Amino acid sequence: MLTITLEHYLTVAAILFSLGIFGIFLNRKNVIIILMSVELMLLAVNLNLVAFSNFLHDLTGQVFAMFVLTVAAAESAIGLAIMIAFFRNRGSIAVEDVNVMKG
Amino acid sequence: MTELPDFLPALPEIVLALSGLLLLLYGAVRSDAPFRFIGYTTVLVLLAVQVMEMTIEPGGRFTFSGLFISDRYAVFMKSLVLLGSALAVLLSLDYHDQEKQERIEYPILILFATLGMMMMISASSLLSLYVGLELQSLCLYVLASIQRDTLRSTEAGLKYFILGALSSGLLLYGVSLIYGFTGSTEFSQLAKILSTANLQVPMGVIIGLVFVMAGLAFKVSAVPFHMWTPDVYEGAPTPITAFFAVAPKIAAIALLLRVLVGPLGGLVEEWQQVVVVVSLASMVLGNFAALNQTNIKRLMAYSSIGHTGYVLVGLAAGTAAGVHGVLIYITVYLFMVVGTFAVILCMRQHDRMVENIEDLAGLSKTHPMIALAMAIFMFSMAGIPPLAGFFGKLYVFLAAIESDLYALAIVGILTSVVGAFYYLRIVKIMYFDESHEPLDKWIGHDIAAILVGTGTFTLFFFIYPEPILLAATAAVASLFSG
Repeated sequence: MLTITLEHYLTVAAILFSLGIFGIFLNRKNVIIILMSVELMLLAVNLNLVAFSNFLHDLTGQVFAMFVLTVAAAESAIGLAIMIAFFRNRGSIAVEDVNVMKG
Repeated sequence: MTELPDFLPALPEIVLALSGLLLLLYGAVRSDAPFRFIGYTTVLVLLAVQVMEMTIEPGGRFTFSGLFISDRYAVFMKSLVLLGSALAVLLSLDYHDQEKQERIEYPILILFATLGMMMMISASSLLSLYVGLELQSLCLYVLASIQRDTLRSTEAGLKYFILGALSSGLLLYGVSLIYGFTGSTEFSQLAKILSTANLQVPMGVIIGLVFVMAGLAFKVSAVPFHMWTPDVYEGAPTPITAFFAVAPKIAAIALLLRVLVGPLGGLVEEWQQVVVVVSLASMVLGNFAALNQTNIKRLMAYSSIGHTGYVLVGLAAGTAAGVHGVLIYITVYLFMVVGTFAVILCMRQHDRMVENIEDLAGLSKTHPMIALAMAIFMFSMAGIPPLAGFFGKLYVFLAAIESDLYALAIVGILTSVVGAFYYLRIVKIMYFDESHEPLDKWIGHDIAAILVGTGTFTLFFFIYPEPILLAATAAVASLFSG
């Protein structure tokens, strides 16, 4: 029987986190996908925290995960609001249209 | 039985939070709430909290189950942040009049952002660090895009949001690894575990350290995580750029110092190399990229990246002297940058903001006093003695040399010479170029007062620097003993 150890959780979380980062940098289409990628990163962190919390028999990690969830909700609300404001001015939310200032 | 926590160390924060809520309520109920009234009240609240902060005796006290610490270091940093926020609000009042952008949310958001910064500075656990940082960042995203009917402002907000969220994610991933491999999120516990386990630090902690540093490097806009800075500085409304350049930057530096010296102090060998590389890259890139900028806000963005590099020189030394230099540097930086942005806010032609450096031409003839103030700030930023900026650089570089970081000090001095070129170019444009179109005559009383205050500080800092030097020494002592 294969038991699920801490390493398995950490690996899944690391894969999710990398997917999130690649989603931000490789995505050339849509800003909403970037928002989803950010959520994915935060969920990977939550998975990490809860797995560690269980492994260490320490509640701090789960409390931390609760805070992260709350902040993530606020963050995506603000992100969507800014995106709508941008869309009203630009008429598009394609990543390549976020280019008035060259950086 | 659960005991009520000790509220006294966090009293300034509580007062700030309640005043913010009350102002918000007032603004929501009275839809015709006068913008100036809310603006001045915000400034008063910030200054009152600062007085409170300085009068409550900070004995390095923990409260809220060790999540919050109030020590001399926190008081010093919070004073800078509060002063920076108050000046930024004061700077913006006339601007909002002129642009017909009187949104009462603006001063209130600055107030809440300041609250977040104070929580960051007083954080003594990874949890309170994260929550404070996010309270600050969420307010800043909204502030950057507050002119919601202009494309530039919303684009700045969007870019800032995406990269800020990414950096929070990186930081958080690092935090989760540090928690997992040490079993604690409290700074004092972490310091204990990491300094005794010096034989073999788990790989997870090192990876966590790198992620945390990457996240914080974003917030202080250090190379290679600086990409957002020029765009956000250029796109955000000018008073908000002034705010960004001062308060959040100082708060992020304060946080970086506390995290690296306190809980991660045992890993000084690991993080020192990273800080050295980041510092070198920031100094070189910031100063060279500023050379061919035409927009003054973009120039200030690259200049602030360069200043981050100098601050990190002091941190790289890793000694009390280095941190002392950093504190002096950012104190001086606060006054120079607020003053410079006060001048930038005076740059109006036919009642519209202009942002090109060329528009300053002939300023010495049309506005001799503003030109003089700008010249003082530029000479000071270039680090020319005896102006305040020179002392900031001096202490930082001395600390680097004492810690045998010669390469860092030499590159620092060479890049300041490069920096002097573009700062002095502004002086040359103001004094020797012919103006095609003079700037508007009228400047507000608030801006004039700020110009006089910051200019006087920058010019005469060398006569009586003792109070600040002593306060910084006490702050450093409490940071290193904690």
